[in-house]
Amino acid sequence: MKSGSNLERILTAGYFAATGELGPPKSADAEVIRRKAKILKGYVDAVNITDNQTAVVRMSSIASGAILLQEGLEPIIQMTCRDRNRIAIQSDLLGAYALGMRNLLCLSGDHQTFGNHPGAKNVYDIDSIQLLQIVRGMRDEKKFQCGEAIDVEPRFFLGAAANPFADPFDFRPLRLAKKAKAGADFVQTQLIYNVDKFREYMKRVCDLGLHEKVYILAGVGPIKSPAMARYMQTKVAGMDVPDWVVQRMERAPKEERKKEGIRICAEIIQQVREIPGVAGVHIMSVEWEEAIPEVLELAGLLPRPTLGN
Amino acid sequence: MIIAERKPFAEIQGLVAGRRRVLLLGCGTCVTVCMAGGEKEVGVLAAELRMARQLAGEPIETVEDTVQRQCEWEYLDAVADKIMAADTVLSLACAIGVQAIAERFPQVRVVPALNTSFLGLPTEHGVWKERCQACGNCLLGKTGGVCPVARCSKSLMNGPCGGSQGGKCEVNPEIDCAWQLIYDRLSALGELDTLLEIEPPRDWRTSRDGGPRKIVREDLRQ
Amino acid sequence: MTDPTSDLAAFLPRIVAFTCQYCAYAATDLAGTLHRSYPASLRIVRLPCSGKLDAIHVLKAFEEGADGVCLLACSEANCHHIDGSKRARQRIRYLQALLREVGLEPERLAVITATSAMDGGVAQAVAELTEGIQKLGPSPLAKRT
Repeated sequence: MKSGSNLERILTAGYFAATGELGPPKSADAEVIRRKAKILKGYVDAVNITDNQTAVVRMSSIASGAILLQEGLEPIIQMTCRDRNRIAIQSDLLGAYALGMRNLLCLSGDHQTFGNHPGAKNVYDIDSIQLLQIVRGMRDEKKFQCGEAIDVEPRFFLGAAANPFADPFDFRPLRLAKKAKAGADFVQTQLIYNVDKFREYMKRVCDLGLHEKVYILAGVGPIKSPAMARYMQTKVAGMDVPDWVVQRMERAPKEERKKEGIRICAEIIQQVREIPGVAGVHIMSVEWEEAIPEVLELAGLLPRPTLGN
Repeated sequence: MIIAERKPFAEIQGLVAGRRRVLLLGCGTCVTVCMAGGEKEVGVLAAELRMARQLAGEPIETVEDTVQRQCEWEYLDAVADKIMAADTVLSLACAIGVQAIAERFPQVRVVPALNTSFLGLPTEHGVWKERCQACGNCLLGKTGGVCPVARCSKSLMNGPCGGSQGGKCEVNPEIDCAWQLIYDRLSALGELDTLLEIEPPRDWRTSRDGGPRKIVREDLRQ
Repeated sequence: MTDPTSDLAAFLPRIVAFTCQYCAYAATDLAGTLHRSYPASLRIVRLPCSGKLDAIHVLKAFEEGADGVCLLACSEANCHHIDGSKRARQRIRYLQALLREVGLEPERLAVITATSAMDGGVAQAVAELTEGIQKLGPSPLAKRT
């Protein structure tokens, strides 16, 4: 066991994993975390907490993770390279581990021009792949990036993000290979709506033998409205939303739209479950965490396995 | 070369407000090529200042000159008398030239007429784009001649990130994704294997992060 | 107290016309030959091509007291130097922005398209420009004795 986290144990035991996601508040209100935790408790194996997603200032991932632990859930904290240099990152991770966190997702991070402080200085001291290397080095070699020894090392179950829909398409499986080589134990993909393209990606990934090196969790998410579908289709770089998704959302009567969004999500889960190499799903539901238990129920992924300590 | 552009006129007026005798000093190198601070631009800015000040009822006397480069003492020394006679020197050079004047003539007030922006080149007449960040440790040999430090919005060393789409950067559809360019170039050169290697964390000390830099050539020092 | 309107009527705008040699000069020449008068305050500066016009020429004209400046140029399709006329027009737009910065009305500067066949048209266009400048009044930079 690398970290002993619930997520790691579930995947190692061969169960189809289900992780959720939680967006921290744009305030210092811990109650928001507690409220969202109660919605998700018991329904997912672990919960991602975003790190100033889209460069908008929110309660930090690690602080939110500490609150989540108090509520009895297992966090997957996220760390981007946009805002912190290697000194702050390693420092924060020592603290996160000391506070009980065991899963870490390493990301490059959305550029600050997307957020509410676009004039902030650009850090990007390292990128996500270098971050994976550093944290693996801390865990397995007990060394800081500079080479100095750590006597009590942070032992994280390491995650990375993968985007099967970004360009260049041919390079994406190779980039996943790089992440695996750098130390990724598991991977969560960008939201999948184009299942055919994802299937093609997974075929190449399996040809490279990567499904045996990292646990791949397919990213899925319920859509709330046709406007949301159209927005993701046109305004979000790196997302592939086919027309049928937008059309189904538009055709559904107004009071049925949320249910239709949940239904589409559950269908996609059932389809990706059949694809070789997929070890689980990661459900992202921005500001609609209530949908996650419904999606899992509909997809037949409940109850979640509970493993004794 | 160094790419700069003229400051907003109102800001320049503010910098010479209340000053009666201003030397507008142009530079014949980079800023002439990017049409921001050469002889022509000196003439135009001087005329604008005279006209604006006349309209405001506070005439200004302008002296115009342009030197080959403002970043070397010899060229500045050649116009020392004009610099010393001015109430303010309005330098149309890049910031290096402005500072050179200030260092060489510490008793003279010197202000910049330009904003120095980046190191780059003209991709077409009238359009200049950034190409170099002067990081002090050039890795162009590994990336097919495309710089990820300057041209990748996130300066990734193991790009592209998940926001690369259609060869464009997620930050702005007018920005080419540097890593798409690197991928294409290395593919064309048959060197795609380079991209499978993990580039380790960079030592940014060679860049500005290590503090202001200097280079010494002992073989050249007098 | 003098009647301001009579002052305006007395004000004859001084306009500097930069003129391309290929078409516009021929047109103004023709206008003269046909005894069509154009405003006497027009001073003509001949250029080999309208594209030769530099920003400083226009600024100098205003600095030295012109109430208005115009560029008589060939149409973009007919420029003998291919894109000189196009560049000249770009430069005029840029100059209008500079005039705004300085505090002068950009309407004091205009481009008039001319061909040798449009002789009457050039005089007409110049007369219209003159009227416009009369309405704006003398340039605040102009010194009149």
